[in-house]
Amino acid sequence: MDVKAIREQFPILNQEINGHPLVYLDSSATSQKPVSVIKAVEDYYKQDNSNVHRGVHTLGTRATDKYEGAREKVRNFINASSTKEVIFTRGTTTSINTVAYSYARANLKEGDEIVVTPMEHHSNIIPWQQAAKATGANLKYLPLRPDGTIEMEDVKDTITDNTKIVAVMHVSNVLGTINPIKEIAAVAHQHGAVMMVDGAQSVPHMQVDVQDLDCDFYAFSGHKMCGPTGIGVLYGKRELLENMEPVEFGGEMIDFVNLYDSTWKELPWKFEGGTPIIAGAIGLGAAIDFLTDIGMDNIHDHEEQLIAYAMDRMKAFDGLTIYGPEQRAALITFNLTDVHPHDTATVLDAEGIAVRAGHHCAQPLMKWLEVTATARASFYLYNTPEDVDRLVEGLNKTKEYFGDVF
Amino acid sequence: MSFDNLDTLYRQVIMDHYKNPRNRGTLADDALTIDMNNPTCGDRIQIHLQVNDGIVEDAKFEGEGCSISLSSASMMTQAIKGKKVDDALKMSKIFSDMMLGKEVEEDDIDLGDIEALQGVSKFPARIKCATLAWKAMEKGVGEEQ
Repeated sequence: MDVKAIREQFPILNQEINGHPLVYLDSSATSQKPVSVIKAVEDYYKQDNSNVHRGVHTLGTRATDKYEGAREKVRNFINASSTKEVIFTRGTTTSINTVAYSYARANLKEGDEIVVTPMEHHSNIIPWQQAAKATGANLKYLPLRPDGTIEMEDVKDTITDNTKIVAVMHVSNVLGTINPIKEIAAVAHQHGAVMMVDGAQSVPHMQVDVQDLDCDFYAFSGHKMCGPTGIGVLYGKRELLENMEPVEFGGEMIDFVNLYDSTWKELPWKFEGGTPIIAGAIGLGAAIDFLTDIGMDNIHDHEEQLIAYAMDRMKAFDGLTIYGPEQRAALITFNLTDVHPHDTATVLDAEGIAVRAGHHCAQPLMKWLEVTATARASFYLYNTPEDVDRLVEGLNKTKEYFGDVF
Repeated sequence: MSFDNLDTLYRQVIMDHYKNPRNRGTLADDALTIDMNNPTCGDRIQIHLQVNDGIVEDAKFEGEGCSISLSSASMMTQAIKGKKVDDALKMSKIFSDMMLGKEVEEDDIDLGDIEALQGVSKFPARIKCATLAWKAMEKGVGEEQ
């Protein structure tokens, strides 16, 4: 993988921040976009812009072909069995909320259980809290091992015949933990529960095969995988989606409307009310082309090498705590002793290094870690070992600076 | 690199308040307690105020936060202690203007150490850290009135 050539595809990386070349270490929050994606969106607006599935005119046909073509690209990318199972949404949050509204409220009753983990992003906790409140179901948490991993023994002990939904993230945006989704799904199915996966941090970085994982629902976002903001995907098994009610009514999703009653389109359009996110979907299709050309395995290998190097450097850093397990995705959440992560991030920013600082939308996990906030450096295909060196250099300066001002 | 830019943010006096906070602690049970968090990072502080006859007789704070939010709380409690509630609110307005980079007319109010936080206005991402304690105080005396 020629990282130098890849970096040239990302114009945003070629700039100075506070007098230093930018080092972007916040791809878990959102990734940068290559020129091919920016151009795909621009071309659509310049040449094909039109509403989809409505027009008799040529532009309408072109826009529809591109939009539905993007759906096929997504289907192929995650190996769904049909485009009927690929619903375009605003993002991971909307995808999970769709399941929590439509599936959960219709299928849960008092005494049923929803099983989640303390490491979940707020987007995979709050929709279930709300669904539990609305139905009388109970929210149950899988315990975590001290290193921030899930043990299958605990999974078998926690999931019961009362469990109806298991909602787990594939990769933790804080700990970097890669969860055993396939195994958890198998246990869920043994008990007749459905498995919802938050794939926001996995799909951009590794080959995901929804049929192999045998999950029932899988959610992810375009903007974390080189695509535009405002587009995401909900994958769902066809028979489940067939039996679910839409959550948004009007626009694209109607079949026939009477004065007092209406019918819905078939899948996947049943869940795509309003004018769809056409430019976003086309941009996501271009992002998938871009990632596929490079090869998801190559990206994964590159990240594995990078995180191994980063972990070595960070572990050797005196006065720095790393959170999460040894085996991890390409991100490191950490704190410098006696320096608040906000202050760390401000000094790093003065050095041109962009990291995330805060609770990372995972406050229950912060509580579990017994910290208020942490700093996080996350890596992607355009990051290099030099970026890691710059980070370590920046952390040294942070330590010096706060040592000096006191 | 030169840390000039950072030095406008992390002034010595700020660091002093961060390391040696004034008025850290609680007040009697009948005091006002306002709990406020900064949802962007999870930092959380509690401001305790003893207000009698329109005067802030005592002010203390507790909580977790970055150097900017905690030093701001320390400075604020110091500044409003013994002041009329109206003057405390006036200070809060001046502080808020200062954060927005507006020209501040100080008329008869002496901001003291608080002026050291002026540099925060050049770091938009950190303004919420600085205003957290003030927002809590405003909420508390607002409820009181």
